[in-house]
Amino acid sequence: MAATTETVEQVRAVTEQKYKYGFTTDIESDVAPKGLNEDTVRFISAKKEEPEWLLEWRLKAFRVWQEMEEPRHWAKLSYPPIDYQDAHYYAAPKMKDRPKSLDEVDPELLKTYEKLGIPLREQEILAGVEGAEGKSPAIAVDAVFDSVSVATTFKAKLEEMGIIFCSISEAVHKCPELVQKYLGSVVPYTDNFYATLNCAVFTDGSFVYIPKGVRCPMELSTYFRINQANTGQFERTLIIADEGSYVSYLEGCTAPQRDENQLHAAVVELVALDDAQIKYSTVQNWYPGNAEGVGGIYNFVTKRGACRGRNSKISWTQVETGSAITWKYPSCILQGDNSVGEFYSVAITNNFQQADTGTKMIHIGKNTRSTIVSKGISAGRAQQTYRGLVKILPKAEGARNHTQCDSLLIGDQCGAHTVPYIENRNRTARVEHEATTAKISEDQLFYCRQRGLSEEDAVSLIVNGFCKEVLKELPMEFAVEAQKLVGISLEGSVG
Amino acid sequence: MIEIKNLHATVDGKEILKGIDLTINPGEVHAIMGPNGSGKSTLSYVLAGRDGYEITEGSVSFCGKDLLEMEPEERAAAGLFLAFQYPVEIPGVANTTFLKSALNAIRKQRGEPELDAMQFLKLVREKTKALSMTDEMLKRAVNVGFSGGEKKRNETLQMAVLQPKFAILDETDSGLDIDALKIVAEGVNALRSPERSMLVITHYQRLLDYIVPDHVHVLAFGKIQRSGGKELALELEKNGYAEFGVNEAA
Ligand SMILES: Nc1ncnc2c1ncn2[C@@H]1O[C@H](COP(=O)(O)OP(=O)(O)O)[C@@H](O)[C@H]1O
Ligand SMILES: [Mg+2]
Repeated sequence: MAATTETVEQVRAVTEQKYKYGFTTDIESDVAPKGLNEDTVRFISAKKEEPEWLLEWRLKAFRVWQEMEEPRHWAKLSYPPIDYQDAHYYAAPKMKDRPKSLDEVDPELLKTYEKLGIPLREQEILAGVEGAEGKSPAIAVDAVFDSVSVATTFKAKLEEMGIIFCSISEAVHKCPELVQKYLGSVVPYTDNFYATLNCAVFTDGSFVYIPKGVRCPMELSTYFRINQANTGQFERTLIIADEGSYVSYLEGCTAPQRDENQLHAAVVELVALDDAQIKYSTVQNWYPGNAEGVGGIYNFVTKRGACRGRNSKISWTQVETGSAITWKYPSCILQGDNSVGEFYSVAITNNFQQADTGTKMIHIGKNTRSTIVSKGISAGRAQQTYRGLVKILPKAEGARNHTQCDSLLIGDQCGAHTVPYIENRNRTARVEHEATTAKISEDQLFYCRQRGLSEEDAVSLIVNGFCKEVLKELPMEFAVEAQKLVGISLEGSVG
Repeated sequence: MIEIKNLHATVDGKEILKGIDLTINPGEVHAIMGPNGSGKSTLSYVLAGRDGYEITEGSVSFCGKDLLEMEPEERAAAGLFLAFQYPVEIPGVANTTFLKSALNAIRKQRGEPELDAMQFLKLVREKTKALSMTDEMLKRAVNVGFSGGEKKRNETLQMAVLQPKFAILDETDSGLDIDALKIVAEGVNALRSPERSMLVITHYQRLLDYIVPDHVHVLAFGKIQRSGGKELALELEKNGYAEFGVNEAA
């Protein structure tokens, strides 16, 4: 519990600068020259000593990408053109070799993670097991700093059970057949502008394989942090849950405070085979820019899960409070009969933040079910759009979807938009969509304040209540942190 | 405890309170009676600091401080409590969570240590039992799906937990059947003490059989028209508000 408590404490300690993670770390780093061409791709691949097939795959993607257009016309986002040549595509903290253990990791780097409250050190995590009322499971952490995964904890313990949890660059060498079989199998290299760019230049990310019948005994977690100025971060995550296995995976993100916008274009692929379950939770608080809308992360992410097997299940739970721009639609392809897809989302936008987010549920197999619960909160001058697709293919006999899409507005300068697309090609399928839009009422605020709560605490309480259905889906360790974040991200939104 | 002098207040440019004078000493229970629309709730909102009311004249001092200068949450921390005529629903927020946040927010403002989960649970269980409320009601979202009577009981519970110095009860009797009324009245009476004062707003004298006031005031047309002892309530019950020029079809 120690480490988690510490995280919560840090989140609670509201400093003058509202974004508390806005520090940079002074470490020498190994950076690719600015710009993007085939040589950049080769440089990255060479740095990682990748096999030929992977370099070829990257180059194919790069060539496709060059022909692609940025998808600007349909999303409700506005931002200046991004100069893809004016960024670094590789930045790694300088290390002679890959660290063999935590002791070899640059202490500055560990300090950064400590500041972020990441339970990187195994001792801390172990302490957490004892302190956490006996039921809080330990968390294994893979930490990604700029482009490189710096440490993966608990590796040995997991290996005993046949679980592979490491950085994706390591997986390329350790279990190439798995990587080659599944990489790009859910999000192909031709998928979309940002995903294709990611294929060409992805630098690192996490890899998870859970063998048949294994229930992963702890939460697996990755923390991403962008540190280097003008660095794009392109992580690639691949999670494979073999037959009858279960895994819960947490993703947390932060970035330092900078005036210029930084690009983040990740790809996450999930594969669940027969009777397997993947629970993927994200708490995203990338730097959102300042109150005037300067700076912040541009977050263009492609997340997709394939329920390939019968009775498989994939749940996406996300709490998104950060980034200047969010473009994100975690999706489920429900291929196996009786497979289940879930999407639980809280998205908070304040000041000048913009978010166009939602999900896609593609029903292919029989009796496939999906649930969508989206809670959008807008404050300040923020604009938020829920964009969701529910697609029922002709063979999806008996498919079911239920969508609940609620928006909460704080103040009268922000906007919330709901764009549901429903394509039903099977008569036995049932699709339900409910949407509500509400404002935090004067009555509610006054009631809370009469009971002693400050206006900000009142907003935080009311918003947390509004998001409850989603927050309760988060693993306990994350839920407390998420609740605090909800409050912090709305500071200054009333009054 | 509280001294209200020549208080005038307007809403949307319309004058509702037209010069209220009222002094309540520690330990006293005052009742305000009056026809609908006479400004009773307006007075309670103005005292609690709700936005949207303009104070055009007068002053209110509370425990020696200028009440009108304080934010609503500061008034709460100073010991002012308002049991709402229409308690507000807060979806998704458990009653216990709300109460604990409120109590700790007040304790924090006063520089007192916050209660941990165990301490709080013990306190709230005790109070819940005294008001014949179930633990199940504590888990439900604040006032969501509560019956009228449950809402009023919930207001009383909050008052019992927050232990204010000065409580305003705005028509806490409305919507209660006689059994519930007795329970609520008992809860209120349990809080009566030489250090605590109350302002009980009601439309009917029935409540005052159970919460016996020291003073009764009649509010009509934004002014206190008459003051007296508890016998004034009985007189009003008999004669209605006709004496004050009010025609009520009740
Ligand atoms: N927000 C408001 N805007 C305009 N008029 C209001 C508002 N609130 C109350 N009033 C008016 O003020 C008067 C007093 O209302 P109120 O204090 O609620 O009376 P009571 O509680 O005695 O029934 C009524 O005429 C009512 O219509
Ligand atoms: Mg009233």
